[in-house]
Amino acid sequence: MSDTPKRTALYDLHCALSGKMVDFAGWEMPVQYPMGIMAEHQHCREKAALFDVSHMGQVLLHGPNAAEKLEALVPAALSTLPVGKARYTFFTNETGGIMDDLIVSNAGDHLFLVVNASMRAQDIPHMKAHLKDIEISEIFDRSLIAVQGPSAQDVVTGHCPQAADLNFMQTCEALIDGALCRISRLGYTGEDGYEISIPEADAERITRLMLDHPDCVPAGLGARDSLRLEAGLCLYGNDITPETSPIEAGLNWAIQKRRREEGGFPGAARIMAEFEQGAARKLVGIMPQGRAPARAGVEIHDLHGNAIGEITSGGFGPTVQGPVAMGYVKADHSAPGQELHLIIRGKPQPATVCALPFVPQNYKR
Amino acid sequence: MTTYYSEEHEWITVEGDAATIGITAHAAEQLGDIVFVDQKEEGDEFESGDEIGVIESVKAASEIFAPVDGEIIAANELLQSNPAALNENPEADAWIYKVKLSDPAQLEGLMDLAGYKTFIA
Repeated sequence: MSDTPKRTALYDLHCALSGKMVDFAGWEMPVQYPMGIMAEHQHCREKAALFDVSHMGQVLLHGPNAAEKLEALVPAALSTLPVGKARYTFFTNETGGIMDDLIVSNAGDHLFLVVNASMRAQDIPHMKAHLKDIEISEIFDRSLIAVQGPSAQDVVTGHCPQAADLNFMQTCEALIDGALCRISRLGYTGEDGYEISIPEADAERITRLMLDHPDCVPAGLGARDSLRLEAGLCLYGNDITPETSPIEAGLNWAIQKRRREEGGFPGAARIMAEFEQGAARKLVGIMPQGRAPARAGVEIHDLHGNAIGEITSGGFGPTVQGPVAMGYVKADHSAPGQELHLIIRGKPQPATVCALPFVPQNYKR
Repeated sequence: MTTYYSEEHEWITVEGDAATIGITAHAAEQLGDIVFVDQKEEGDEFESGDEIGVIESVKAASEIFAPVDGEIIAANELLQSNPAALNENPEADAWIYKVKLSDPAQLEGLMDLAGYKTFIA
């Protein structure tokens, strides 16, 4: 593998907008623009923000019964997923851990998948090894942008009227300024919005069109992370890993009834047992009572000094206007209102378990 | 009154053995939106290179390293009520500590403004 980070088709635009570029999962991506993470985050909650997420893997699955076959690798019900609908799911391993999370869309004659940038190299061979008679093709010539926030519909429909007809987790193909794009009403900020897959040759032009809207500003990975954290959404590699089960992570809702009754996905024995009996530890929202952010790796103690878990994501929530975190705790300490201590720089700091999300979700149902 | 600069992006303004320590505008800009400052307390003694506090931005936590030996005389309370002051005015109102120097000769190892400007260029 090359050490030189890859660039998306929007690299020149990021530089023109004075984005601060960092290496992320092997990609040179903007962490923020001159506006700053805090303001970009607030702008997304109040109006709209545009993110380049082209580093994520876009994959097409063609072949008979592709949805049914993919069910052998993920615990979501896909064979019944209607055309034009998207669903959140995750690849599980034999021990019931999570190998990656992804979005699967039924695009009619094929499935459209979006996987994490850092997991592309794992997921494609994993699918190729297990899905017989399915053509698995990774797309390298399309960009992916996310337009998120309460004004997102206004921003996108100006160039694509069909976008207004989509509800949350619906997807369609449509022309934007002459380019055939896939538009999906979803995202990872907790806000209404779209992810748009665009032919690379058209990506910068269409992105600039969106940014021409007075409500839409470019935002970087920094704001993307604080937005998803406030929305209580899991970050792969932090909050969900090959060692954490979906039940521990509170992702029960993503395992539809038929799948949890029938199983038939890797690690089903553990996951189904935990579904019935509960997991020994649980991912919870944690609000520090002081002002100090608690970041990933901070140890969680009960009030008697016993270690009961660890923070997996944490930082400052610009909308909450205070520190917010997620972490795993023993199940008997996971109820909202539970008082805890976070060991920050050696000192116990009081914190409280709270219900997720920290900021109400604002999806268009 | 003379101001010196460290490679850790602190400024230190000195008058006799009394000094004020803060971070440079360049450092504040690099850190981004500052949301919390963990400060040491009055009376705490430190040596050059010791961690004497942590600045938390939206992005990450960054330590403050002592540029010289000394003792903390006061920690700026403004930073507890308004940590963002460090973004707005890091080289004036948003100083971090007033300190008493143990060995003013150590200042010789620091940079002047021109040296610091070259350092960050």
